[in-house]
Amino acid sequence: MTVSKEALAQSASSAEAAPSDKEGAARGTHGRGTAKAPDSWRSRLYRWDMKASPYAFISPFFIIFGAFSLVPLLYTAWYSLHNVQLSSLDTQTWAGLDNYTNLFASDFFWNALRNTFSIGLLSTVPQLAVAIWLAHMLNYRLRGSTLWRVVMLTPYATSVAAATLVFALLYQPENGMINWAFDLVGLDPVNWKESDWGSQFAISSIVIWRWTGYNALIYLAAMQAIPADLYESAALDGANRWQQFRHVTIPMLRPTILFTVVVSTIGATQLFGEPLLFGGVSGSKGGSEHQYQTLGLYMYDQGWMIGNLGKASAIAWSMFLILLVIAAINMLISRRLRKSQ
Amino acid sequence: MTTTDVTLPQVAPPDAQGRRGRRRVMGAGKHLHAGPVTYVVLALFAAVSLAPLLWTVVAASRTNARLAQTPPPFWIGGNLFKNLERAWNEAGMGTAMVNTILVASAITVGTVLFSTLAGFAFAKLQFRFSSLLLLLTIGTMMVPPQLAVVPLYLWMSDLGWANQLQTVILPTLVSAFGTFFMRQYLVGALPSELIEAARVDGASSLRVVWHVVFPAARPAMAVLGLLTFVMAWNDFLWPIIALNAENPTVQVALNQLGTGYIPDDSVIMAGALLGTLPLLIAFLLFGKQIVGGIMQGAVKG
Repeated sequence: MTVSKEALAQSASSAEAAPSDKEGAARGTHGRGTAKAPDSWRSRLYRWDMKASPYAFISPFFIIFGAFSLVPLLYTAWYSLHNVQLSSLDTQTWAGLDNYTNLFASDFFWNALRNTFSIGLLSTVPQLAVAIWLAHMLNYRLRGSTLWRVVMLTPYATSVAAATLVFALLYQPENGMINWAFDLVGLDPVNWKESDWGSQFAISSIVIWRWTGYNALIYLAAMQAIPADLYESAALDGANRWQQFRHVTIPMLRPTILFTVVVSTIGATQLFGEPLLFGGVSGSKGGSEHQYQTLGLYMYDQGWMIGNLGKASAIAWSMFLILLVIAAINMLISRRLRKSQ
Repeated sequence: MTTTDVTLPQVAPPDAQGRRGRRRVMGAGKHLHAGPVTYVVLALFAAVSLAPLLWTVVAASRTNARLAQTPPPFWIGGNLFKNLERAWNEAGMGTAMVNTILVASAITVGTVLFSTLAGFAFAKLQFRFSSLLLLLTIGTMMVPPQLAVVPLYLWMSDLGWANQLQTVILPTLVSAFGTFFMRQYLVGALPSELIEAARVDGASSLRVVWHVVFPAARPAMAVLGLLTFVMAWNDFLWPIIALNAENPTVQVALNQLGTGYIPDDSVIMAGALLGTLPLLIAFLLFGKQIVGGIMQGAVKG
């Protein structure tokens, strides 16, 4: 407690000191300028530079983000109210809420929403649970600790496309490595391409493979910031290793866990490349029976395979609204958690 | 509570000699030496992480007919270079690699430059609404790229930029994550006195950036550059909408391969290998920095 108070006091005093220093410096130069020529162009330029340059430095981000994300976002809403066909891009007719009513009346939309949800759950939950466990082990004093970390992160360097193509081959129902291994240990082969759960599990495993190491590193970073004396006092209270993990590590990681849940949820909502490539020729349909067509894939299929860009825009905006709802729920939960602490 | 009474006497005092006593007291992972079980489990994780990549090499070195047989091949065959050559020529992986290097480099330079400038402004300069604007910047990370894709496609078609590399480069040239990453780094790494000293000498903002900010930011710029390059190389959604088989990036070419452009699994694997190899080499060389960058970004993010 005393430490944090001291730190607070220190940062407060330095924050106070900084502006007054700056004022002093500015007054100094200004004073020199006025002594010779009042408001010389040099000092005016200098003051203008001081004022404008912060905005100049941040403007590339806002200009480019505005032009290529924010304005398009609004236009997507506009197009979602229009009939826009890929085959005739120049004729756009007003459609009102038709795209949305069509969308909500379509079984494929609800199917895609369900799939996005189930694949998201199947991939996010094990991924984060395993990542915590992995981070816990990486947090031990290890021989070659950097090497372990780099190895665990290699899947992150693999692209969605490359990873999915490899896994699609491994999961091949007739002659793939995984069904061969199943056969070896006496399990029945699974139809990883056609069955509902089999294909969704296979796609989730690609996501899990690519992102577990990345999340483990994020957890590891947070674990290393936990003060050792917390563990010492827990140990003195007689907590064994599991109890320490359960009662010290997990509560201290809570903000990081929330952060990774939010990031993975956003990622899961947009899932696209894995199911597209896993399906090969029937990829954009999400398999022969649409068994793994996600919302991201449904948008691509409607927009660029079928050519209905208006409907694709409506799907995009529906995705956004779903994300906002998830974010709101997340905020509520984290606020509840903070209060209960 | 009774458990406390029972276990307390077993706990060695903090200054106990020997690893065993120490292990019980400290508990915090980083002070513990990993036991053999930990090494075995980690080795299993490492195997799972690397096996698909290693098997890509095996599959890329075989024939399509061999891949269709049931005990799958486990060791390298003799067809690697032939398959790589086919992927390079027939599937357009050559053009794709050159394009991807251009695209990823341009995005990396832009992102690092703009993120450093904005991060410096947010970290060290005083201006109106700076904290609000920083919050806005971070908030933009919530906007999914899917939301921009339809209008961008329409505009790029109008401009006649379909299938051109700038179509892929421009929208990705800045990064909210990068801006925040550089801001967090510069808050600590760049002493305000240094900037003020330069100011007193009459240095303009650009001079300050060039002579003070860039040298101080160099380590973080390198890490951000690596992370951005990996992300740009692997970007999927927008490139496959904006580009086609005539002028692809690696990911677009792999998508063409996967959807039956060449129905030969060994060539597909050769393409996957080609598309991943440059990043794996970068990982071998800079793995430590990339790991450090992700951990740094995480702690402060």
